[in-house]
Amino acid sequence: VTGPPEPGGKAVVIGVGNEFRRDDGAGPAVVARLRGRVPDGVELHLSDGEPTRLIEAWHGASLAVVVDAVRAEPAVPGRLHRLVLHRAGPGAARPASSHGLGLDDAIGLALALDRMPGALILHVVEAADLSQGTGLSPAVAAVIDAAATAVLRDLRGPAPGP
Amino acid sequence: MTHQRDRTLFTSGLARVEGEGAMYVRVSGGLVDEVQLNIYEPPRFFEAFLRGRSYTEPPDITARVCGICPIAYQTSACQAIEDACGARVAGGIADLRRLLYCGEWIGSHALHIYMLHAPDFLGYPGAVEMAADHRAVVERGLALRRAGNAIMELLGGRAIHPVNVRVGGFYRAPSAAELAPLARQLRDALPLALETVRWAAGFDFPDFTCPHELLALTEPGRYPIERGTLVSSGGLAFTAAEFEQHIAEEHVPHSTALHARLTGTGRSGDGRYLTGPLARYTLNSGSLPPQAAQAAAEAGLGTSCRNPFRSIVVRAVEVVCAIEEALRLIEEYRPPAAPAVPVIPRAGTGHGVSEAPRGVLYHRYELDDDGIIRSARIVPPTSQNQRAIEDDLRRFVAARLDFDDARLTSACEQAIRNYDPCISCATHFLDLRIDRR
Repeated sequence: VTGPPEPGGKAVVIGVGNEFRRDDGAGPAVVARLRGRVPDGVELHLSDGEPTRLIEAWHGASLAVVVDAVRAEPAVPGRLHRLVLHRAGPGAARPASSHGLGLDDAIGLALALDRMPGALILHVVEAADLSQGTGLSPAVAAVIDAAATAVLRDLRGPAPGP
Repeated sequence: MTHQRDRTLFTSGLARVEGEGAMYVRVSGGLVDEVQLNIYEPPRFFEAFLRGRSYTEPPDITARVCGICPIAYQTSACQAIEDACGARVAGGIADLRRLLYCGEWIGSHALHIYMLHAPDFLGYPGAVEMAADHRAVVERGLALRRAGNAIMELLGGRAIHPVNVRVGGFYRAPSAAELAPLARQLRDALPLALETVRWAAGFDFPDFTCPHELLALTEPGRYPIERGTLVSSGGLAFTAAEFEQHIAEEHVPHSTALHARLTGTGRSGDGRYLTGPLARYTLNSGSLPPQAAQAAAEAGLGTSCRNPFRSIVVRAVEVVCAIEEALRLIEEYRPPAAPAVPVIPRAGTGHGVSEAPRGVLYHRYELDDDGIIRSARIVPPTSQNQRAIEDDLRRFVAARLDFDDARLTSACEQAIRNYDPCISCATHFLDLRIDRR
């Protein structure tokens, strides 16, 4: 069951990415936008997407929301996707992350080790530019607010879904 | 596909390597005539990005080069700038710097051993598949990584891109009481690290020797981690300030990364050399702390190790070493009077070296009177090792031309992973290509 955190369970938001690879910084940008706006008790994390760190970040959480940039073909830069992975759903969501050893491996490893959060929701934004440098492309920068709002909706519930 | 005299292989996506790049092997007339490790390397971007910035900024900026070894970048950067400004870090601040670096060694090595390298020896395509059959083993790796991350979070402020490191030391030094829980976690981790050595030593290792000159830091009386002077197996000895007199970098057409070579001497005659765990161990095995030394002896490592496949055992020994050192540093810790020494900018050039988990990491900064960076140079371990890796691949493939394409590709990937190459340190897009003609 997905949605707002279960009573007693913590919720975490994890922004994955590297702000020195332009649109790869979308996840951290969303987390920055959420500072001071999330319900009490919600943890905000930044991550390079390395699987063991992701697993540690969502350890014991009833809800984990991961925000990341993706390469898509064909790409519509700035397009947002929301994916929900249930506890018993191996392979339900293996997004084409910009990190080769990353979210899909983290999910696989967490499933093998029974370390999945109660619910895992992924918000991904299609990237335009993953070259070296700082600053988001205009198309991605324009949707950071919308992505942050979508994450807040998940944290406050009660409208889970695919 | 076996026994072809001319072959071309191409595989997209070399897994379990930190970074971005490609591997190309061409076999013509039954001989390996071309091996290229193509690397797209971010340090060059950061060198340009640093120009015009303040002397206080490199620790924070260069920590972003690599998510796996930010402390290495911060430490080499700090030491280079302190060198340029004539500042000297010693005592408790220097101890904290070494302690923080131990955390990075533990975390980085545990990741490579358990998540990236061990699946090769146990016959799994990756850590996820290995975890399904060896859950307790993978949990042991995660516990070790957690211990390393705990050091980085406490001293660095956070495990990702630490924020507590500054030129001259730290923004805040912990109290002895704050370190006590860390010591308990490290004491719990030590038997796991020792078990890791025994476990890795039991793997089957191909018979393979790398003949290259070895380059590592060395320090009197202790295993080199965060500082030292450079020595080579060929008898070279030089300081960080002399690095560029002995190491030349040159462009090669197939890679955006520069290839490094030892000038003047070199066992191979063409300046090829290797840095990293094999070099560190072979040049410093006599300086290991007691439990690491005993574990190495029981694992049959001897005083030197030149088989890159056995680097997994050396890394495991170095995890023991880092935990022992961390425990010693915590036990002897006395909080410094100030968390950092003053670093007053002045015009000049400074050099810094440290032993990143993958090998020697060199930084050089040129400052003006106001402490503005006029030029920066970063030489990461993977670019230094590129020529040695390519040469090892050439010999490794030549002895296995009877393998079919899939098996040969897999063997090449494993041979590359021996070096834990951090090819881009930022994101991870990697292709492998083998041509057989």
